[in-house]
Amino acid sequence: MNSSRRKFLKLAGMAALGITAGKYEKIFGLTGYSNTQHSQSVSKLRAMVIDIRKCLVEKGCTACISSCNKTHNVPNIDNTKHEIKWIWKEDYENVFLEKENHFLNEDFKHSEILILCNHCDNPPCVKVCPTKATWKREDGIVMMDWHRCIGCRYCMAACPYGSRSFNWISPRPFIENITKNFPTRTKGVVEKCTFCDERLARNQLPACVEACPQKCLLFGDLNDSKSEVRQVLANNFSIRRKPSLGTNPKIYYIV
Amino acid sequence: MYDSGKILAGIIIFILLITFPFWLNSIQGEYKGEPELVIDRSNGAQCVKSTDYMRNSHMTLLNEWRDEVVRNDNRFYTISSGERIEMSLSNTCMSCHANKEEFCDRCHDYSGVKPYCWDCHIEQKKLETN
Ligand code: HEC
Ligand code: HEC
Ligand code: HEC
Repeated sequence: MNSSRRKFLKLAGMAALGITAGKYEKIFGLTGYSNTQHSQSVSKLRAMVIDIRKCLVEKGCTACISSCNKTHNVPNIDNTKHEIKWIWKEDYENVFLEKENHFLNEDFKHSEILILCNHCDNPPCVKVCPTKATWKREDGIVMMDWHRCIGCRYCMAACPYGSRSFNWISPRPFIENITKNFPTRTKGVVEKCTFCDERLARNQLPACVEACPQKCLLFGDLNDSKSEVRQVLANNFSIRRKPSLGTNPKIYYIV
Repeated sequence: MYDSGKILAGIIIFILLITFPFWLNSIQGEYKGEPELVIDRSNGAQCVKSTDYMRNSHMTLLNEWRDEVVRNDNRFYTISSGERIEMSLSNTCMSCHANKEEFCDRCHDYSGVKPYCWDCHIEQKKLETN
């Protein structure tokens, strides 16, 4: 009697562990790149490498930022409560909050670092979106469907990188020269970088990559071991933002 | 009858009130007939699908285009002549129907439809050829 109850409790304990183990992987995102794991790399896996060493050569340079803003009709709003950002610069200590990597070049720590949507492999924003207005494409791009966005801003609360902006006011009056072939957004919609999906579809590189005079932005396919991004990552030390969160960012910084 | 004057006046006012839509309409002018659409054929004599289909279902087509482009990463559409065109509201539809006021708006005003697409999509006058 006694021993069988013991057995039962043991079994139940094991079963509970077994069930939660599967969930644990999902919740904490320790499964690595879903694309490489499940299929024999049929799809591309888009990623960007930012070489901070080269980027800081010309500290005041904003070529990539202006190019992006122009291409996507990103408004220029001075009020920081209302501003819209797709790609921008932020102080080192705000970008790499966890300070995991000690004794880096001192110069980095007193500089502004270029940031944009990390296109996480395990994107928290996608999980919370109630309308599927944001989702992860097969090639790893975290896309936005502005038509479906209801402006609930759950995604902004979920994003650990502050990569998303909400249109509190109508953006049109703040766009100096409207680029005609890309729609603006409207009040009440969230927006962010989409890795220039509209340019990739036309076999062009993202606007920021193309605009960089120092060629410090590289863009490519992580699933292709011969791609430039893979080569650079293999031969240089790189860091990512808040890696401990398990979001698995696809923006790599060479330091 | 007590107060017959007041009752009669009340009835008259009541009748005037409930017939308000009818006489207001008759004062305001008559039915103007269907709106006259200005069709610019300089970019081609045909629409992307048959005129009948476009008249009835252009909104469905636009919704399909939108989902294909934004959600399925597919930007091109083959029309019956075999030509591949870009699925785009601003860049395709409006390059032929550049006179939005005399075309889209005129019919929409008449039908009482107000598409909100133009909050974001840009009405271009004429697509610069590049
Ligand atoms: C190549 C130029 C061209 C393009 C591109 C084009 N149209 Fe047309 N469209 C026309 C022409 C020409 C007609 C008139 C056809 C006729 O009279 O038989 C027309 C007719 C129509 C009609 C019917 C008008 C009526 O008489 O009832 C609608 C609605 C319409 N177009 C909407 C659109 C929409 C929406 C798009 C984008 C999906 C579009 N068109 C793209 C040239 C074009
Ligand atoms: C022949 C008349 C006519 C013309 C011309 C026309 N439309 Fe429409 N359109 C309609 C009608 C009627 C509806 C409403 C259909 C419904 O609600 O079922 C509509 C609905 C729409 C909708 C959906 C609106 C909504 O709120 O869901 C869009 C988008 C649209 N039209 C775009 C266009 C564009 C762009 C053009 C010009 C290139 C155009 N239409 C020209 C008659 C027209
Ligand atoms: C909140 C802003 C917003 C509104 C409102 C909006 N769109 Fe869009 N739409 C966009 C953006 C941004 C894109 C992405 C453009 C790209 O990737 O090239 C887009 C893309 C599209 C596309 C495919 C690409 C192109 O160039 O047209 C279609 C078709 C489209 N929308 C149709 C519509 C229709 C029809 C409506 C109205 C019923 C509408 N949209 C309302 C923002 C909007």
